[in-house]
Amino acid sequence: MGYPHQSHPKETVVLSQYFGDAEARSYDGWVKRGGYRALETALGMGREPIVDIVKASGLRGRGGAGFPTGLKWSFMPKEVQKPHYLCCNADESEPGTFKDREIMRWTPHALLEGCAIACHAIGAEIGYIYIRGEFTDPYAIMEKALAEAYARGTLGANAMGKGRRLDLHLHRGAGAYICGEETALMNSLEGKRGNPRIKPPFPAAAGLFGCPTTINNVETLAAVPHILNRGAEWYKGLCLSNPKSTGTKLFSVCGHVRKPGNYEITLGFPLKEMLYDLCGGPPPGRKFKAVIPGGSSVPILTAAEAEGALLDYEGCVAAGTMLGSAGCIVMDDSTDMVYQVMRLAAFYAHESCAQCTQCREGTAWTTKILKRILAGEGEMKDLDLLLDLADQMTGKTICVLSDSCAAPVVSGIKKFRGEFEAYIKGGRRAATA
Amino acid sequence: MSDTVKLTIEGREVEVPAGTSVLEAAKLAGVLIPHYCYHPALPVAGVCRMCLVEIEKAPKLAASCATPVAPGMVVHVGSAQALAARQSVLEFLLINHPLDCPICDQAGECELQDYVFQEGRSGTRYGSYAKRFNPVEDFGPDVLYVGNRCILCTRCVRFMEDVADQAVLNVSERGDRAYIGIVEAEKLDHAWAGNVVDLCPVGALISKDFLHKARAWDLDKTASVCPGCTQGCNIMLDTRDNQVLRVRPRPNPDVNRYFICDTGRLGYAWLNRADRLEVPMLREGDRLVPADWEKALKRVGELAGAASGPRHPWVGLASPGLSCEALDRAAALLKANGGVGAFRVKEETEEPLAGVSDLALRKERAPNVHGALEAGFTRDWEATIAQARVASLVLVLDEWRDGASDGVGSAPMIYIGTTLPEGARRHAAVVLPCTNMSEEDGSFRNLRGRVQRYFQARTAPGMARPAAWILEAIGDVAGVSAGAR
Repeated sequence: MGYPHQSHPKETVVLSQYFGDAEARSYDGWVKRGGYRALETALGMGREPIVDIVKASGLRGRGGAGFPTGLKWSFMPKEVQKPHYLCCNADESEPGTFKDREIMRWTPHALLEGCAIACHAIGAEIGYIYIRGEFTDPYAIMEKALAEAYARGTLGANAMGKGRRLDLHLHRGAGAYICGEETALMNSLEGKRGNPRIKPPFPAAAGLFGCPTTINNVETLAAVPHILNRGAEWYKGLCLSNPKSTGTKLFSVCGHVRKPGNYEITLGFPLKEMLYDLCGGPPPGRKFKAVIPGGSSVPILTAAEAEGALLDYEGCVAAGTMLGSAGCIVMDDSTDMVYQVMRLAAFYAHESCAQCTQCREGTAWTTKILKRILAGEGEMKDLDLLLDLADQMTGKTICVLSDSCAAPVVSGIKKFRGEFEAYIKGGRRAATA
Repeated sequence: MSDTVKLTIEGREVEVPAGTSVLEAAKLAGVLIPHYCYHPALPVAGVCRMCLVEIEKAPKLAASCATPVAPGMVVHVGSAQALAARQSVLEFLLINHPLDCPICDQAGECELQDYVFQEGRSGTRYGSYAKRFNPVEDFGPDVLYVGNRCILCTRCVRFMEDVADQAVLNVSERGDRAYIGIVEAEKLDHAWAGNVVDLCPVGALISKDFLHKARAWDLDKTASVCPGCTQGCNIMLDTRDNQVLRVRPRPNPDVNRYFICDTGRLGYAWLNRADRLEVPMLREGDRLVPADWEKALKRVGELAGAASGPRHPWVGLASPGLSCEALDRAAALLKANGGVGAFRVKEETEEPLAGVSDLALRKERAPNVHGALEAGFTRDWEATIAQARVASLVLVLDEWRDGASDGVGSAPMIYIGTTLPEGARRHAAVVLPCTNMSEEDGSFRNLRGRVQRYFQARTAPGMARPAAWILEAIGDVAGVSAGAR
């Protein structure tokens, strides 16, 4: 993992301001850059005013679902009868997404500060940061930052000397994609198999250890100190298109662009500009063919669709996909779409937790059919079968893993049917098979 | 009433307690929503997705086991959308299923067979792919796991974890590689572990004892009560060709819910014993000679006549495995002749089922200890044996264990039993063959005072009669009036 790129003038640098600045990792370095001011302010405030500010800012969950963060916090019981918990979802396992990793690598204290403020706002004394098992480097950095924060009394039984207990714990995952699903994450934290739970009850009613719990993504929590420092109006003003999508968003761009990496843009930014101006366009002599804008779970866009899309929650839906976790996977005209769809399906087949029948069997069956098509043994009716299976795998299970497997299959066949048919008719052999 | 909810399921209006699941409410409305992972005695998992139904105004299909009823809810079980979803679940379940019904013990009582037959597709779209293969695993004393048939409903996992409180089973691996695993170096040897075989909706968990013994449709099923201990679990005796081949729990929410212990499940061999007393026998010198019931009862009448009335005390030694009906009649005979009766019972360790209150394999391993006590028999065994030595007549009632029939010395003895122990062969004046509990109708009183009926499952050997009938006949020939009884 190297150093990040220099930020582009079209970026709106908030979270990523200190990416690449090694000094910002240390406690003192972070305080010098204005860190922990927001926490100090927050500890002087009651729960509700903080929630109101976050509500007013329009901040929405950055993990994929885009649920309004202030609203989520307001679901926590007003009276603390059982312990309240905060879970920070740092499992970042969505293929194509690597923004949380960079936040933890470069600005670990931003996350700790965000977690501490959130704990205070939801009436929790304890927060857990569930870090993806493969994130060895970010984990070590977070561990060091946490030790520093405790050493300085910023966290602990008397956080910042304000009489409030705020304890944060790091927990490492063991390598399961599904543990990024909020209820599976809680099961995993409890020491159980990481299986998603049936909702309701929702986490705010019965979450971690059966107690009221709020779970937020790393990027969401890291944005909170900025909102408290600079005000809800400022954050709300960061908006280029739909007023329901405010603030900045880190996009992890990978694949066939000249300059892949994390780009922070104001929501509503045109995808085309991000691809051509920020990322430098396709590799020499190539053309874009397809873009998955929100991590592997969202429908694939053709290059034409992508170039017309605006990067916010509503803009992506209008383009027929979703903003998701903003893991933007770019594919140029050298890409074999059938292989790519198979590769995605194989990922979900491998990661299905095996609870729900449709997902356990459907993801694997879908992969088998796609592999057979790639091997030149497919039949035309296989495409209809794939679509029918995808239909039965959508909206019928406890979590959305099987929907996520179905989405790229459906959009892949719908938008690149010719490539599938070419394999079936025998006119094409897989280069990668 | 405010704590009930009215809703409509398949066009039928039904009123159920608030908090009931749609699936349970449908049962009350007379609609069975197909399901696999749901079981009323286990925590809801909601994983098989078989019980998907359409609920008006809901954005998507709902798992009826995990959806509580709401006022005015309109539920469609058979709508095209719900049916398609369930059909698809069945298809998904079958793609890796071996379809080895011809050699599967579950065939005929398999929920996968039933629902596929009811609403599944007629053909497969899976094509020529290899199916998942898992080797058969030996889980414990009586349980085999045939992973290939498993549909991962996790009923067994939840039973061991939440009901038996011995979490040795788990779901191992992920995706379509998943299977039911057992914790390394552990065995499925809990005293109630055999229930996973009944809970398994398919043939994945099977009983070694019943392995390949019979086809389900060849079995005759008779409602009965477990004779294993004083708990009185309700059971079903499954017989074929007059042999008990299997014992399964019969649900009773007040006694055993859906379960029986392995001791009750596997301890049925004695019901099929072949070395049975089949004819009445009378003593001629040092020999016992066969007789018919008429002659035998005449001899009993002579013995009783010589020893009748309160001044000639009789003594009874009874088995606590006899029916209430037999014990009551025996007690009446003893009372009319100023006598006493006693019983003894084998005691072993109590084995409770943690997740169900007041359910255990009880210490006292006989079904009718409390029926015997209620009839007036005492636990005062040694003192009663001493009295028996000087009694004018001793009735030994199927008490064949050491010391009953040979401990009574030279007192005249009538032995009523299923088998003939050595002591009775030497001492009994009259031997009368009786039926065992699988060959008669009767009742047992359990440790909570609950009297429960059991029914005849097999025909009795030879001329054996129920002990209650024999004692009634003895009452007649001994002139004990019905009033005294």
